[in-house]
Amino acid sequence: MGEPILQVRHLSKAFGSNLVLKDIDFDVEKGDVISIIGASGSGKSTLLRCINLLETPSSGEILYHGENVLASGVKAPAYRAHVGMVFQSFNLFNNMTVLENCMVGQIKVLKRDREQARQHAMEYLEKVGMAPYIKAKPRQISGGQKQRVAIARAMAMDPEVLLFDEPTSALDPEMVGEVLNVMQALAESGMTMLVVTHEMAFARDVSSHVVYMNQGVICEQGSPEELFAHPQRQETRDFLSRFRKG
Amino acid sequence: MNEASDLFSDILYLLDRFGGSYLSGVRNTLILALTATFIGCLIGFLCGVLQTIPCAKTDNPVKRFFLALLRVVIRAYVEIFRGTPMVLQAVFIYYGLPYITGGQVKFNNVWVAALLVVSINTGAYMAESVRGGIISIDPGQTEGAKAIGMTHVQTMTNVILPQAFRNIIPQIGNNFIINIKDTSVMFIISFTEFFAAHRAAVGATYRYFPSAVIEMVGYLCMTLVASFLLRWLERRMDGADNYELVADDQLVMAAGTYNHPDKGTPFDERSKEYREQVKQELNFGRTRGDR
Repeated sequence: MGEPILQVRHLSKAFGSNLVLKDIDFDVEKGDVISIIGASGSGKSTLLRCINLLETPSSGEILYHGENVLASGVKAPAYRAHVGMVFQSFNLFNNMTVLENCMVGQIKVLKRDREQARQHAMEYLEKVGMAPYIKAKPRQISGGQKQRVAIARAMAMDPEVLLFDEPTSALDPEMVGEVLNVMQALAESGMTMLVVTHEMAFARDVSSHVVYMNQGVICEQGSPEELFAHPQRQETRDFLSRFRKG
Repeated sequence: MNEASDLFSDILYLLDRFGGSYLSGVRNTLILALTATFIGCLIGFLCGVLQTIPCAKTDNPVKRFFLALLRVVIRAYVEIFRGTPMVLQAVFIYYGLPYITGGQVKFNNVWVAALLVVSINTGAYMAESVRGGIISIDPGQTEGAKAIGMTHVQTMTNVILPQAFRNIIPQIGNNFIINIKDTSVMFIISFTEFFAAHRAAVGATYRYFPSAVIEMVGYLCMTLVASFLLRWLERRMDGADNYELVADDQLVMAAGTYNHPDKGTPFDERSKEYREQVKQELNFGRTRGDR
């Protein structure tokens, strides 16, 4: 496949004596859409947060285009500007309008001028169908709308890879669809994505690669067809069978 | 009834004789309280921001040492100035500084001393309010800002402080109102504010109660106006409760802009004519001919 953007090597993370991630290894290549599935508490979100350096890994390496971002002297903010993130709880800036939310990063971090930032923000807000709401404040729009704005905000920074931390888990069922549609469109446009999700249909139909995590380790990974149709490990089968019934 | 009219005539007498000094007292009180609250807020914001600089175990030891030192210094400042009466602080600074420096440091202007004391005092209270305001902002806001590559300073100035500021306006108002009242202790360093006017009037006429009535009403008026202005500022900062949909781009699908089957027909609920017709019906009932 393409060139690797991110390579995670022997990554471990402990909170106190609790080992949450154990020796994680995997690569993200350009154009990949990787779904990370697994039970709650299996370390999926922690892995994503480690990749964006919101958590400091206990040991291991994260290589971004071959360069270890955990090395001392690497500026975390500069790295994070290339790796977008969409949160479960949206985390839109409450003091700004929808449009300002999508502009502030471009202006302050990427040093674009206001007009350029506005046009770029509008481009993505239109893609997620939120252009009519640019004057609204986050408290005035629904959860699904907030998440679409959050995606536009991340995309407006032109990241190389976009991380999604359970983007639909905090949404009402009828709003899940609108967010998944936006994500599917992004995936089809060739965006490199890393998605922690409980939406098995999305993992199966949209992603190019599925990772199943269990108790802090990558238990099994492969193409969605292999993993969903022919899971090799007993844990994977148990996990997937719970969704089949439901 | 007789007492009431006596009181009234006494008040009129005092106002007639000392009206000018009461008024200049009000002016001095307001200027001192307003300026000192403003400077106090600046001190408070500085302390609050410095106290919340994140410090990870992995940072280098020099930085960690300075941050720890900074926190100790701010902590000491807050505890000392919050924990002692402002009257004594005024005495310490106005009389104490020239005393221990042998006249090297002295205040030629009582305004400077009064401003210094009240500002530092307000700053000590605001430091804690600002720190509280900052840590009360949902950590998700910080993470959202970090995730788009903002540095700590950018996150603070663009995301956290504007929200924290909104949340601590009631505290600022509190301090302003307290300052209006508590600047009265500045008589100890012979600062002539509103309460000093009372002392002067009473000293000359011995009409304690009538003058106290003037003082009470005067202070209450000042604080009420302050409360009102602060509430107005809060509402203004919250912005409008509603927002307008923007649909200037024809390619955007938005409610009301798409082509629905009724468009252009008399049944078009979105057309101006239809809305007008409905309005007419609601106001005057249907016309007979319609049936």
